[in-house]
Amino acid sequence: MADAAYKVKLDVFEGPLDLLLYLVRKDEVDIYDIAIERITRQYLEYLGRMEAIDVEIGGEFIVMAANLLYIKSRTLLPVDLQGPVDEEGEDEDPRWELIRQLIEYKKFKEAAGDLRDREEFATKLFGRIPSAPPVDGGATLLAGEVGTLDLIAAFQRVLARLEKQKGAEREIEADRFTVSEKIEYVLKILPEKEGLKFEELFAGQTTRNEVVATFLALLELVRLRHVSVEQEGAFGEIMLRRRGIAVVPEQDLADL
Amino acid sequence: MSPLSRVLEALLFASDKPMSPAECVKHLKGAVEAAPEDADVAALAKSKPDEVAFALGELASGYEEEQRGFRLIESGAGWKVVTAPGAAPWVRQLFPENRPSRLSPSALETLAIVAYRQPITRADIEAVRGVNVDGVMQTLLERGVIRIAGRAEVPGRPLLYGTTEFFLEHFALRSLDELPNCAELRRVELPVAVQNEAQPVLPLDEIPVTNGTETTPPDEAIAAEEVT
Repeated sequence: MADAAYKVKLDVFEGPLDLLLYLVRKDEVDIYDIAIERITRQYLEYLGRMEAIDVEIGGEFIVMAANLLYIKSRTLLPVDLQGPVDEEGEDEDPRWELIRQLIEYKKFKEAAGDLRDREEFATKLFGRIPSAPPVDGGATLLAGEVGTLDLIAAFQRVLARLEKQKGAEREIEADRFTVSEKIEYVLKILPEKEGLKFEELFAGQTTRNEVVATFLALLELVRLRHVSVEQEGAFGEIMLRRRGIAVVPEQDLADL
Repeated sequence: MSPLSRVLEALLFASDKPMSPAECVKHLKGAVEAAPEDADVAALAKSKPDEVAFALGELASGYEEEQRGFRLIESGAGWKVVTAPGAAPWVRQLFPENRPSRLSPSALETLAIVAYRQPITRADIEAVRGVNVDGVMQTLLERGVIRIAGRAEVPGRPLLYGTTEFFLEHFALRSLDELPNCAELRRVELPVAVQNEAQPVLPLDEIPVTNGTETTPPDEAIAAEEVT
C-alpha cells in the first residue's frame, strides 16, 4: 500500500499515439519511414522507465506495445509468409495501418493547437455582457426539447427541497408507490391544453420513494412519447405537456 | 457614414446578444410601425439582409483600420460588439472573478476531431486518438461546446456528437468553415472503429436518424385526425 501512495499519474502524453509521435519527431525521421524495430524498442524502453519511477501506465499504452510487437514480428517474416493482412487478402506493409493512424492523429493534434490559439484570441475579446456557457448541451440538444442533464438537475432540486422539508426524523416505509400507479397519476393531473411546471408534478409528495416513482413515471411517459418536456431558454422553467392524443383520457371514455 | 451604418452601429451597441443581418432587418422594419410618418425610418426599412451584411462588414473593417478600442465580430449567432484584443489586459481588470476558462489539451484534441468530423460517434473519436474519451466527452458536454446530434445507423445505433453554437462563440468563429485547414481535415479518411462485419445489417436499422426535427409517427398523426 505504501508503494501505491507514491504513484504519480504523468499526463505528459495524451496517449500511446502521442508518445509514438514524440519518438518519431525526436529521431527526425519521416512518419512514412518508421523503422518498426527501432521505434518498438524505444517505446518499450520508455514504458520501462515510466514503470521504474512508479508512473501509472494506462491500458492503452500496453495495447499499443502489444500491437508494435505484433507488427515487428510480422515484418521479421519473409513477405510470402506474412499472410494476408485483411479479409481482402491484399498484401500490405504491416506498418501501414499504424502509419496511417499516426498521420491522422498528427493532423488532429495540430488542429487542436490551432483551436488553442483561437481560444487564446477569443479570451481577449469582451462582449457587452460576458457570454456564459449553457449549463450543459441541453439547451441546444434537440431543438426546443430538454436534455437529460436538465431533467436530472431539476429532479435533484425537487429532492433537495424534500430533504429540507423533512426534519431529522426518518421513517422506514414499505414500497407503497409503484411506477405504473404514478403513470396514471401524471396523466390525470397533466392538463389537456396548457402545460404543467416540472416542480408542480411533485407538489404534496413527501417521501423520497414517492418522488422517485413519479420521476420514473415521467421518464417512461417521455419515452413512450405521451409527454413532452420543454424548457424556455437556459435556466428557464421546465414545462410538461401532453403530446398528441396517444392515450384516450378517461372522461372521453366515460362519454362513450 | 451612411444612415444605415449609423443605425446598425447603434443597434449592435445597445444589444446584449449577437444579431444576424436578418434580425437587424426585422428591427429596421419594426421601427416603421412605431413611426409611420418618419421618412428616414421608412427609407431604412427597405434595406435587404445582404445590404445590412455588407454595411456590417464595412463597420467592422472601419473599426479595425481606425484602431478603435472595440471591434465588430461575427461569431455563430451573429454580429456583436466586443473590446479590441489589445485592450484585454485592462478590460480583464473589470472582471476579476471572470477568469478565462480554457480547455485541457486532451479536451482540445477530442474537440478538434468532433469539430472537423461531425457528426461522429465516440468509438470513431477513440479510433483516432487511441485512448478512451469517456471523461473528456463528459467535460465537453458539460462545457456546452458539443452536443448529441443524433444516432448513427450502424448496429447498436451509437450516439453521434457535434459542436454547438456556443463552440463557435467560445472560439470566436464565424462558422465551421472558418476552422483552419478545414477543407483537408474534413476530407481525410479516418481510421474507423472496428465493427463486427460478420453481422449482417438487419432491416431493424432502417429507423431514421433522430436529429433536431422530430416527426410524429404516421400512426399517431392518423389517430389525431380520426378523433378531431
